[in-house]
Amino acid sequence: MNYTDILIYMRHEVTLMAIIIVLFIYDLAAGRRGRSRFSAVTCCLLLLQTAINIIPVQGTAELFGGMYVYAPMHSAMKSMLTVGALIVCLQADTWLRRDDTEHKRGEFYILTLSTLLGMFFMIGAGNFLLFFIGLELASIPMACLVAFDKYKHYSAEAGAKYILTALFSSGLMLYGISFLYGTTGTLYFDDMPARIDGSPLQIMAMVFFFSGLGFKISLVPFHLWTADAYQGAPTPVTGYLSVVSKGAAAFVLMAVLVKVFGPMMTQWQTMLEIVIVLSITVANLFALRQTDLKRFLAFSSISQAGYIMLAVIGANPIGMTSLVFYMLVYMAANLAAFGVVSIVEQRTDGKVSMQDYNGFYRTNPRLAVVMMLALFSLAGIPPFAGFFSKFFVFSAAFRGGFHLVVFIALLNTVISLYYYLLVVKAMFITPSDEPVPALRTDTGSKIALALCTAGIVALGLASCVFEGIDALATGIW
Amino acid sequence: MEYTILILALPLLSFLLLGLAGTRLRPAAAGAVGTAVVAVVAAVSYMTAYAYFFTVGRGADGLYPTLTPWNTTWLPINDTLAIDMGIMLDPISVMMLVVISTVSLMVHVYSFGYMKGERGFQRYYAFLSLFTASMMGLVVATNIFQMYIFWELVGVSSYLLIGFYYTKKEAVAASKKAFIVTRFADLGFLIGILFYGYYAGTFSFTPQAEALAAAGMIIPLSLGLMFVGGAGKSAMFPLHIWLPDAMEGPTPVSALIHAATMVVAGVYLVARMFPLFIVYAPDVLHATAIVGAFTSFYAAVVACVQSDIKRVLAFSTISQIGFMIVALGVCTSADPHAGGLGYMASMFHLFTHAMFKALLFLGAGSIIHAVHSNEMSAMGGLRKYMPVTHATFLVACLAIAGIWPLSGFFSKDEILTACFAYSPAMGWVMTAIAGMTAFYMFRLYYGIFWGRENRALHAEHTPHESPLAMTLPLVVLAAITLGAGFIPFGHFVSSDGAAYDIHIDTTVAATSLCVAVAAIALATWMYARERQTAAESLARRFATLHTAAYHRFYIDEVYQFITHRVIFRCISTPIAWFDRNVVDGFMNLLARGANGASYAIRGMQSGSIQRYCIWFLGGALVLTIILLIIR
Repeated sequence: MNYTDILIYMRHEVTLMAIIIVLFIYDLAAGRRGRSRFSAVTCCLLLLQTAINIIPVQGTAELFGGMYVYAPMHSAMKSMLTVGALIVCLQADTWLRRDDTEHKRGEFYILTLSTLLGMFFMIGAGNFLLFFIGLELASIPMACLVAFDKYKHYSAEAGAKYILTALFSSGLMLYGISFLYGTTGTLYFDDMPARIDGSPLQIMAMVFFFSGLGFKISLVPFHLWTADAYQGAPTPVTGYLSVVSKGAAAFVLMAVLVKVFGPMMTQWQTMLEIVIVLSITVANLFALRQTDLKRFLAFSSISQAGYIMLAVIGANPIGMTSLVFYMLVYMAANLAAFGVVSIVEQRTDGKVSMQDYNGFYRTNPRLAVVMMLALFSLAGIPPFAGFFSKFFVFSAAFRGGFHLVVFIALLNTVISLYYYLLVVKAMFITPSDEPVPALRTDTGSKIALALCTAGIVALGLASCVFEGIDALATGIW
Repeated sequence: MEYTILILALPLLSFLLLGLAGTRLRPAAAGAVGTAVVAVVAAVSYMTAYAYFFTVGRGADGLYPTLTPWNTTWLPINDTLAIDMGIMLDPISVMMLVVISTVSLMVHVYSFGYMKGERGFQRYYAFLSLFTASMMGLVVATNIFQMYIFWELVGVSSYLLIGFYYTKKEAVAASKKAFIVTRFADLGFLIGILFYGYYAGTFSFTPQAEALAAAGMIIPLSLGLMFVGGAGKSAMFPLHIWLPDAMEGPTPVSALIHAATMVVAGVYLVARMFPLFIVYAPDVLHATAIVGAFTSFYAAVVACVQSDIKRVLAFSTISQIGFMIVALGVCTSADPHAGGLGYMASMFHLFTHAMFKALLFLGAGSIIHAVHSNEMSAMGGLRKYMPVTHATFLVACLAIAGIWPLSGFFSKDEILTACFAYSPAMGWVMTAIAGMTAFYMFRLYYGIFWGRENRALHAEHTPHESPLAMTLPLVVLAAITLGAGFIPFGHFVSSDGAAYDIHIDTTVAATSLCVAVAAIALATWMYARERQTAAESLARRFATLHTAAYHRFYIDEVYQFITHRVIFRCISTPIAWFDRNVVDGFMNLLARGANGASYAIRGMQSGSIQRYCIWFLGGALVLTIILLIIR
């Protein structure tokens, strides 16, 4: 290992760290006028970062004596998360220009990028220690983001709930990791499988470890914070939370389960079966009754997390490809949905209930169509990308032999179709005396929504995307 | 020849532009965009044809090479089977490019005059662009699946254009009918493709011989099923019922889609699969000849008594497509000198027919534009008012009747020669039908331009010649019809790819000319004058036959009976009951259950953080315990 290796294999981390430092100095040095361009500067830097790193370096590598590992798929995942963060930054601009957040807009970007850095380390970790540090780096600034509107009751409460649950889950996870260390005598991912024998203590450790990531992905029964935090957090943060944070955690979970807990595969597959069925079903049942759109999307994202786990359960390389593809598609759809919700919320002084969307199509046809496409994609209606991504995770799980789980998941898509269409119905069919007025959309949001819409429409049809991801799926474990 | 991608991309872009932003453009601008794009496409097509036939030319083996300037794997299914998307150039696809772009360009120009002031002018041009793109995609398809995809797209654009006047009840019904009937036939096509793909291990047109030999009887079956799809699009009996009704669409559309291009897709399909047909399924091929001959005869009989000029032309189209199918069907080998002449003849007739039939339809459009009616009773004596339309229409009538030296003579002569080579019976039957063609076409011609003039109507509203935008395409197409017969077509297209010199078989040519002239003379005697006693007395004498033919031998009523009485009552009603009570019942149960469960578990989400942590820990412990128990 030498410094060139660091520059090559840790490109993502290094460049992101540089951006954070640059932004930090910029925040201090730039005057009031300079700061008003904060969003543009951040987005340009992120774009540059994506451009530099988009093409993965081939081959795998281990740095710092195996603390940090690199595989092409990691690079793809990191680039994807960066794009997600970029879209969120684009969407957040208007919200940050309000009087009460204006002076601390720099903080938003730095905090967001810090969590992103944490996720990068989480993904690249080859040791539980680095993994845990990454996890915390992703978690703690996130709590600040959730509580960003700290003078608003809801936001503060959501922040408190988030940080307390996060601490609880971290504690539990650390407890599990300590068991692992105790029974195997190592924290390196590579050394561990040889010493894992499925003893009761290790099973407990595995479940505790899982619960920690289950919290991030918001799987039932570790999901209870989700609805409250999503509802209370500023909408761009909710979008970030629901997509980027979740995606990183799901990726890491799969990698660790297969790599480290490979010898205990039957056990964790059983566990996942239970958790998947619970997540999808319980979340769907809750989603049916929601009237607040953000809360509704929270439950929708819990059930989506269940679908993502279908990619994990098969424990095959095609599952990894499906997972990354699913995340990509889900990112486009969910950020589009949150983008629309965010615009409406900002411009109408906080309208987020489903009734407010009655007659939305009459006044804002474009936003309504974007929202509709996003919901169709989330529900998995062909020919939108969501259909293909669902198809791939289902077939990955089916190939692994989990027929019953796939069947239950399929039944649940019927239920989910109902509630997704409920929103579409409100927007397009139900008339309203006082519909949301015609809204103006800022350029940033427009670009973000256009990107997401392009993703929803094109990702499924362009078969090269899935194949491209598949080509990278070597050397992950 | 990478530039061929423009042939597909440009019309598609124009469709997107006109479809999405059409209403913001002025109608004339939208039309200009559509027409300009098609003009470029036509130019590129001609360039491609020139480059293909002359610059690239024949290879060392004396054959034109099959080029694929573009190809991408769109959907890999397994290691060997994949769906590709690309562009393939071979003699027949290049020939089709020329035909489609020429007719399409003429129709685009013509529509400027014909559709002027119509509501939805932009939409009309958008659909025309979509159609052009899909039809081009169909003919240049590199494999059968791509062909199928564009085949369906062509069907969709046909549906959209037939139903263009969507406020008119008949147009809506006709568009639905066209879509459903062709879609029904396409089911056969799709099953055939799937069989083919499964057993041949590829969707390509040139599969491995071993795979086909191993598949045995499946290959003839799948080719037969593909022909069912072709028969639907090409309106072969008994799937022809949609085509006459499709005349509810704007007349230029009828010229483009329902006369010159889309309806010959079935012929093109058979020609495309010809190398397989001739080797693996000659019996199926000969069966298609029977279907074609019967269709041709049936349509010719019906065409003799129709009074709506577009319907006459529609049945004439069906009859002529029958000729093309027959020509393919009578091939007994791939050698044009020994039983393979029909392939070339069929493609030649496809080419010439596209031109003169488009001309006839555009002429009919010009007439309808002038008298505002489709019925022959509103016409008569129009030659005085519309000299250009009259002259060009006459050229087309002579061509379709098979009079030397117009293009139809040459292609029809080749078909008849091929038929006589196959069996004398087939030859005589087709000669007789050719005679009937001459008869009904001249009945139509005299009914419109001579005969009994509807003076009352014409006094009220004097018919006038159409504007230049409409007459120009007529003149161009008439010029092509005059000259196309002298193209050495066999040099470009033949069944085994080697150059073939067209030589006129004097016996066949003399016979068919005599029959055609006699039929024209008969039509002149019966219909050219003011008083048509002979025609009327014949109609009275054979009243039953006349009425039956006028009602197209009640085929539509038979369909009506089968669908409404048999299918709807005996199959659909029970299914509907099952759907409403059992399927919906299950779904309602699911919904009620979901709602109830949702209400029951709402307490979980209490909002209290302590509770959340208890659930969290409890969940983790329960999972651990479950795993320990089942370990």
